Order: sequence, then C-alpha cells, then structure tokens
Amino acid sequence: MSDFLRRVLIGALLVTLLMPLLPLLLWAFGSAWFFPDLLPPEWSLRAWRYVLTPQARVGQALINSILIGLLTTIFSLLVGLPAGRALALYDFRGKRLIELLLLAPTIVPLLAVAMGIHIAFLRYGLADTLLGVVFVHLVPTTPYTVLILAATFARYNVDFEAQARTLGASAWQSLRFVMWPLVRGGVAVAALFAFLISWSQYLLTLLIGGGRVMTLPVQLFAFATAGDHALTAALALLLVIPALLTLFVTARLLSGERDSAVSAVGHWG
Amino acid sequence: MLAPALSVVLLLFGSGLLLAVLQSFGYLPFIGRTTLTLDAYRDLLGSRAFYQSLGISLWVAGVSTLLATLLGLAVALLLRRPFSGRRRALFLFQLNLPIPHLVGGVGILLLLGQSGLLARAAYAVGLIAQPADFPALIYDRFAIGIIAEYLWKETVFMALVLLGALRTIGDEWEQAAATLGASAWQRFRHVLLPLLRPSLRAASILIFAFSFGAFEIPYLLGQRFPSALPVVAYRRYTDVDLAARAEAMAIAVMLSLVSLVLIVIYGRWTTRAAV
Repeated sequence: MSDFLRRVLIGALLVTLLMPLLPLLLWAFGSAWFFPDLLPPEWSLRAWRYVLTPQARVGQALINSILIGLLTTIFSLLVGLPAGRALALYDFRGKRLIELLLLAPTIVPLLAVAMGIHIAFLRYGLADTLLGVVFVHLVPTTPYTVLILAATFARYNVDFEAQARTLGASAWQSLRFVMWPLVRGGVAVAALFAFLISWSQYLLTLLIGGGRVMTLPVQLFAFATAGDHALTAALALLLVIPALLTLFVTARLLSGERDSAVSAVGHWG
Repeated sequence: MLAPALSVVLLLFGSGLLLAVLQSFGYLPFIGRTTLTLDAYRDLLGSRAFYQSLGISLWVAGVSTLLATLLGLAVALLLRRPFSGRRRALFLFQLNLPIPHLVGGVGILLLLGQSGLLARAAYAVGLIAQPADFPALIYDRFAIGIIAEYLWKETVFMALVLLGALRTIGDEWEQAAATLGASAWQRFRHVLLPLLRPSLRAASILIFAFSFGAFEIPYLLGQRFPSALPVVAYRRYTDVDLAARAEAMAIAVMLSLVSLVLIVIYGRWTTRAAV
C-alpha cells in the first residue's frame, strides 16, 4: 500500500472517530443553534453557567460521582491486590475455574445482577444509599482490577522477596520496599480503571440508587430526556475529562504496553 | 488470597443472579407470593413482542460484532507497520476507548439525529430541505444509531487487541512464507489469519456479549417498540404493577443464559491461547 493512501485512510479513520465528539463541543459552547445552521451563530457559556447553579444539581452529582468512584476504587484494590498476586504467582487446582468465575461479571449483563440483588439491598437498607451504589459498582470493577493486577504480577519476580527475607527483611518490609516499587505502576493503572468504570455507570446507579443517589451519568440522562442539548453536551464533556486524564496518565505509566492494557478494559459500558 | 475477590463475586454477582432466577420463578415475598411457577417464562415465550425484541437484540449484537471485527482487523493491519507519526496516530486512535458509552450515545444522537450535525451538513450542500428529509438513523427500526455507537467504540477495542497480538506474532512467520513464494493474500489468509484467530474469537465474544446485554445505548437511541431485550426488562421492572417483576427477571435470566453459553465458549477458545 502506498504511503499516501495509508495516510488518507488513517486520516479518515481519525476524523470519523472524533465525529461524535464534535457536536458535543459545539452544543456546549454554542447558543441559539437552530436547524439548519451548520455552526452556532454565537458562542456562549450559558450551559456552563447553568451547570454551576444549585438548581441544576450538578454540584451534588459531581461530588457523589467522585466519592462513589473513590470508594469503589479503594475496595476494588483491597480485594484485587491479593487475588491478582495469587493468580499470577501460584498454580493450584481449579485455577482456571476461578479465573472464569472472576471474569463472569464482565460478560453476564449487569442488568440481571442489579435487578436480582435489589431486593436484598432493600432488605439490608443498602438501596437508595451511596454505600449500596458503591457495593454494586464493585461487580463490574473487581474483574478488571484483578485482571490488570494479575498481568502486573505476572511480570514480577517473587524471588526478590525471598532474597530480601534472607537478608533480614521482615515480611512487611519485603512487601513495602521490594514488591511495592515494582508493582505500583500496575496498581495505579488498576485504580484509574476502577475509578473510570464506576464513573461511567448509569444503570447500576439508577437501579440501586433509586434516583435518590444522583451521579453525573444519571443527571446527564435526565438532561438528555428533557431535550436540552446544550446542558446535555456540557455534562457529557464533564464526564469525558477523567477518561482523557486516565488515558494520558496510563500512556505515561505503561508507555510500551499501553494499548494492551487499555484494550483490556474497553467494556465497562 | 483469593477469598476477598471471590466473596465479592459470589456475594454480589452470584447472589444477584440467584435472586433474579428465584424472582423469575414468581418468588416475590414482598407482594406475598412464595410459590414457584413457570408462568413468567410461559407468558414470555408465548408473546410475539418477546421474539421481536429478541430479534432486535440479536440483530444489534450480530451486526455490531461482525462489522467491528472486520473493521478492527482492517484498522489493525493499517496501523501495524511503522510510519512517521504512528505514535501520535495510535494515541488519537484510542482516545474514545475510555469515554463512557453514554457520552458516545449523546454524541451520536446530536450527530445523526434528523436535526443533527450531519443533517445540517446535508442541508448546507443542498441534499435536504428540512429535517424530515434526512433518513431516520436514530430511533429507527434498523437500530442504525445503536450500531453506530457500538462500532465507534468496539472497532477501536478490536483493533487494539489485534495490534497487541500482531506485535507478539512478529514478522518471522510471514517472512518465511514469503521466502517460500506465498503471495500477499496467501500470507494473510494462510499465515496471519490463523495466528490471529484466538484473539479475534476472544474479542468478538466480548463485543457480542456486551452489545447483546447492554442497556444504556438502546434506551437512549432505540425505537419505542419493539425495544432491545434489556430495555424491555427494565421497563417491566419499573412497572407500577409489581407482578410484572417476574417477567422482567425472566428476561434478565434468559439474557444471562445466553451470556453463560458465551462464557463457556470463551473458556474453551482461550484455554490454550491467551488473548
């Protein structure tokens, strides 16, 4: 294939991929943009000013989204670190089955899980609460955290710890000063993805939060249904920011392997 | 060390599924029903609307998977070889992957809708005179908007999986085939494609499972009737009539059964070769 043709094709591909983001930018910063104007006749910050007012309820949604994302990330790492280490470093009976079980939540529709467990959450007072939403977000985040951390530990040589121990390090010291520096890049990536998966959830939050726990995606859907394109677009852009930050940071942390790491997580919905 | 992760999966995921199955059999203690019946399944399997919705879901998942796989393969081959600016192109290329589907859905809505950006462009070049002249790509019976949104993200996903696989495969196999006189097509068809098969299968299973069971995009971009199965399940679940819950659960259970079959196939296909 000629270099010219390749460049044209790649250019067309990139333009196509950026296309859905274009109307979001135009709507969020445009004003009085009616059919058939190709571009907004004037630029304005109306949508953003409204987003900042208390009646838009975006502030609370933003705080909830961040809080739920952070808690979900912490819990995911707490369960994901030991599991990832075990799966990568040790062989045992039934490992394959456990791997499939851990991966199952990435394939089975979350709808079934959330509708089923709702009744239990109602019973234990977790429905309509922030903590309940965090728990249900763990269903999609845990598999991906385990997956990324298992990949991280697969490149880690556990013998280093044994060497540290022979030299007199305690178990804690060998984890803290030998293992941690070698795996922290992978842990950071796992944390970012856990946050991002939680950040993107709509259905789980809606079902378990019962409309009481407002997050940005829930608020975005409310604006979209109400038909206010400018507000919808502004909120959509707000949702994109952490996603892009994640991509930049990940690219730095895993410069050589970033496409495989990012692609491992293309499916949080 | 696996206990915490397994308990999360079993307690939240496992019990969620189990409770969905129980409720699909009519076990609804909150309205005083505790006998198990198959009524919900019988009603569902006897209704025409169910098959119409199943058809939509299969259509969306099938077309999205097929096109994302073919396009992803083409893109991976296009981006595979070194060229100047490849790093930048790769970076821009994966930009949309971490963006939530919901954002992509809103973007597609404002791009492909009848007064969206494309319709405005069509007006500007004189192709249409009013919004209604623009073909219905959103809320339409062929679910074009839904499929477009899935392709937007899943083509990138497929291409990145394949690019990773291509890097592992390296050049030697094709060079050996070339030395033995294989043409470009033969090298692709008989050398590269078989080597890529495990990755193609694994990634396409994930795409199918996702696009078959996902709720947000058909809810946002789908026609009112018939809707994709997850949307029907959600509507039945939030119905004021609590008895409709059994039916909602039955739909969810059937969706899950399809994905369980997919997991088994995935497990078989990936036992020997990793993604």
